Amino acid sequence: MTDVLLAVRSLVKRFGAVKASNGFSIDVARGELHALIGPNGAGKTTALNQLSGELAPDSGEIDFDGRRITRLPIHRRARLGLARSYQITSVFDHLTVKENLSLAIVAHNGHSFRFWRKAGDDPVIHRAIEPAMVRVGLEDRADVVAANLSHGEKRQLEVGMALVGHPKMLLLDEPYAGMGPGGAVELTKLIQRLKAEFTILLVEHDMRAVFTLADRITVLVYGQVIASGPPDTIRTNPAVRQAYLGDDLMEQG
Amino acid sequence: MLLFIEQLLNGLQLGIMLFLMSAGLTLVFGIMQVINLAHGSFYMIGAYVGATVIAHTGSFTLGILAALSAAALAGMVVEALVLRRLYKKDHLDQVLATFGLIMFFNELTRIIWGRQPLFMDVPSWLAGSIELIPGVPYPSYRVAVIVVGIGVGGLLYLLFTRTRIGMQIRAGASNREMAAALGVNIRLLYTLVFGLGTLLAGLAGVMAGPILAVEAGMGESILILTFVVIVIGGIGSIRGALVGALLVGLVDTLGRAFLPAVLRLFLTPAYADGAAASLASMSVYLLMAAVLVWRPKGLLPAHG
Amino acid sequence: MNRRTIAITIGAVALVALPSLASMADEPYLVTLFSRILIYALAAVSLDLMLGFGGMVSLGHAAFFGIGAYVVVILSFHAVEGTALLTWPLQLDGHQSVLVVWPIAVLLAAAAAAVIGALSLRTSGMHFIMITLAFAQMLYYFFVSLEAYGGDDGLSLFSRNTAPGIDLGDERQFYYLCLAALAAFLFFSWRLVHSRFGMVIRGCMENERRMKSLGFATFRYRLVCFVIAGAGAGLAGALIANQTEYVSPGLMHWTRSGEILVMVLLGGMGTLFGPVLGAATLLLVEELLSIYTEHWMVYLGPFLILVVLFAKRGIYGVLAGGNGNHD
Ligand SMILES: Nc1ncnc2c1ncn2[C@@H]1O[C@H](COP(=O)(O)OP(=O)(O)OP(=O)(O)O)[C@@H](O)[C@H]1O
Ligand SMILES: [Mg+2]
Repeated sequence: MTDVLLAVRSLVKRFGAVKASNGFSIDVARGELHALIGPNGAGKTTALNQLSGELAPDSGEIDFDGRRITRLPIHRRARLGLARSYQITSVFDHLTVKENLSLAIVAHNGHSFRFWRKAGDDPVIHRAIEPAMVRVGLEDRADVVAANLSHGEKRQLEVGMALVGHPKMLLLDEPYAGMGPGGAVELTKLIQRLKAEFTILLVEHDMRAVFTLADRITVLVYGQVIASGPPDTIRTNPAVRQAYLGDDLMEQG
Repeated sequence: MLLFIEQLLNGLQLGIMLFLMSAGLTLVFGIMQVINLAHGSFYMIGAYVGATVIAHTGSFTLGILAALSAAALAGMVVEALVLRRLYKKDHLDQVLATFGLIMFFNELTRIIWGRQPLFMDVPSWLAGSIELIPGVPYPSYRVAVIVVGIGVGGLLYLLFTRTRIGMQIRAGASNREMAAALGVNIRLLYTLVFGLGTLLAGLAGVMAGPILAVEAGMGESILILTFVVIVIGGIGSIRGALVGALLVGLVDTLGRAFLPAVLRLFLTPAYADGAAASLASMSVYLLMAAVLVWRPKGLLPAHG
Repeated sequence: MNRRTIAITIGAVALVALPSLASMADEPYLVTLFSRILIYALAAVSLDLMLGFGGMVSLGHAAFFGIGAYVVVILSFHAVEGTALLTWPLQLDGHQSVLVVWPIAVLLAAAAAAVIGALSLRTSGMHFIMITLAFAQMLYYFFVSLEAYGGDDGLSLFSRNTAPGIDLGDERQFYYLCLAALAAFLFFSWRLVHSRFGMVIRGCMENERRMKSLGFATFRYRLVCFVIAGAGAGLAGALIANQTEYVSPGLMHWTRSGEILVMVLLGGMGTLFGPVLGAATLLLVEELLSIYTEHWMVYLGPFLILVVLFAKRGIYGVLAGGNGNHD
């Protein structure tokens, strides 16, 4: 048996008459990059929202790293190491690079009811901030407000914030959306780097990316899993071909 | 028992006033996503204009018509001049600008009508009382207010369920982008909705005239209760406004009427009256707190 | 020295020298007026902590201001009457001393803020504004209904509080006490904003969702910020009761909350000195306009709308130049 980090059992989520999750189950093994695909409206975002804690499922259970997290609030899940990246650039624009990284550092380090000492002198931050800035290559930009960073620098910062928190697993929702071909190549490299360190659940429409990156793929249609397995078996699965009928991207990859 | 029925009717009448105030405002909140503190000003405008026209012409009907037109017109002008520029701004800006509007309107009425409150007479044909239930005489004017309120509620129901524009408004309240995508003329729709809201506020104001004093700042106390209604009912929901308004009207009225008697069962009279007065003045807010704990988005929220 | 430092230095020197200048100009009334300005500045800074740094638009801040003021007057009332305020569950007598009364004022304001904050922070946006407003108004009506303490008419303070080594009855000494309180609170706020807690609060203001997904229990941090702001307003309330020697429910009416909010925005929100400037400007403009017309609000209202539409950075933003970020 492989070591399962995230185990999801029979999630059901109704929006009125629509069953956006209809008995959704998935196992994500530690260390793998697992892709979740499916046609528009299949319920992928809804599933992700239930994993991160933004939506409560009507029924079903979610276990993460051996703990039942079905009813935990968002921040508790994050503290357990389940991190969600909304868009690859969602840094705090009004805060400096140093403050952005500091927030990511202290998020998992005790409480922050420290009212008097300067944040920079806080031992937790003091110890970790320099290496963190060097690691993302932004040590010269420490006091620049994030809004003034270039697009590339922002992404470095965002990745830095993810690394600093030592999450066990990343949830990525359509990171390729709205990205040009040049950006997509860059992003694939970045995700490949992340893949070496984290378990990742990737929701994506870009089939080329999915088949390049994924160790395993789960296919969702109408809130239900119709197939799950390594890319090669998914590519040849007749039910999947049926669902994606006419989608020529399936031929590539 | 008779007293209870009378107070029940009083509560119903307050609830109807609050419904007229909150129906329009909840739509403005829900559709335009703008917080408007100045809604009470249109209530006040309705009351002042109505009182003045009645004093000069002696006709109650003319007074009501004048109040409605003044409130609706003022509302649409304010929407076009100020509110429209606030839709894209954050709530803080909306609070400050509409707070500025309140200052302006309150002071303007003081300039025009002076600091002394105006008093409005009940028209003679509504001056008596009728026995809705045998043995319970109740002022005809208040009965008329209740009837008008129910009538307006019915008209609103028809407007929102039967007419094209009503459906567009409802679509806007639950999903702005969708309504825009469907090709609704959003700008015009906003002005109309705002005008409709202020018209209803003006109606509430002129009807409240004979019951309360007409004075600068009269809009604010009802505005806060209107907010409580909207919080209880859920932003953007007319049905929520109806339920919330009736709840608040009844709780407030019955609390003031019967809490002293209830508390006297447990406490000495001196303590009971003091405690009852305090508790009664806070009752609707405690109701709001309870709803908040139970359902933070209100009883019948418009957005899922 | 940059423009900001120069502006702050000039302001501080002027405030310290003010009582002497006033007596030279033979305008002792100025000392009273500026005591009032300093007190409102304190209230405005406390509001800005939650508004400009924590992103919480509260329209009920005057409630905590009023609670602080009522504590002073009620305790003094019982001290003068020689009666107990409470006999159960604990014996609580009236008091006149700053050292006893003011901490109680601050703590009670903080406790009220904790309850109101815990309920209001379950929501956000428009809901939050309306709910803070409604709860403040609830306290307003509560004090209106308290006939024992004057109800609607309010209650006078028999004499100002007492403190070792200071005579609060002396306008000049009282002025310096207000100045010291404001300076101390500003220094505290400055440390707070730059502390680890302050960083978390600023993060919540910018993107609460993201803070949650980083692992912060944002509710707790925002609630503590709300409570600190309420405590600051309570202190300002204790000062204002001593200054005017009178309290009434009007002190916590929601239009008062609106005025404090206007001070913050006028001066520049998200800055520490902005609210001080805003308080001074609003109160001085009121004072000046009311010399010429009793209807000054008819001008102030539209002016406010113009400020919102066209001058969002506030006076401090314009004076200090640059983007005047949180200092
Ligand atoms: N908040 C909501 N209220 C009502 N229905 C919703 C809500 N969120 C999602 N749905 C419905 O649930 C279904 C699944 O939506 P979801 O966004 O999860 O799909 P998706 O797989 O992420 O689609 P896409 O590939 O387009 O991003 C859809 O039918 C959608 O209309
Ligand atoms: Mg999606």
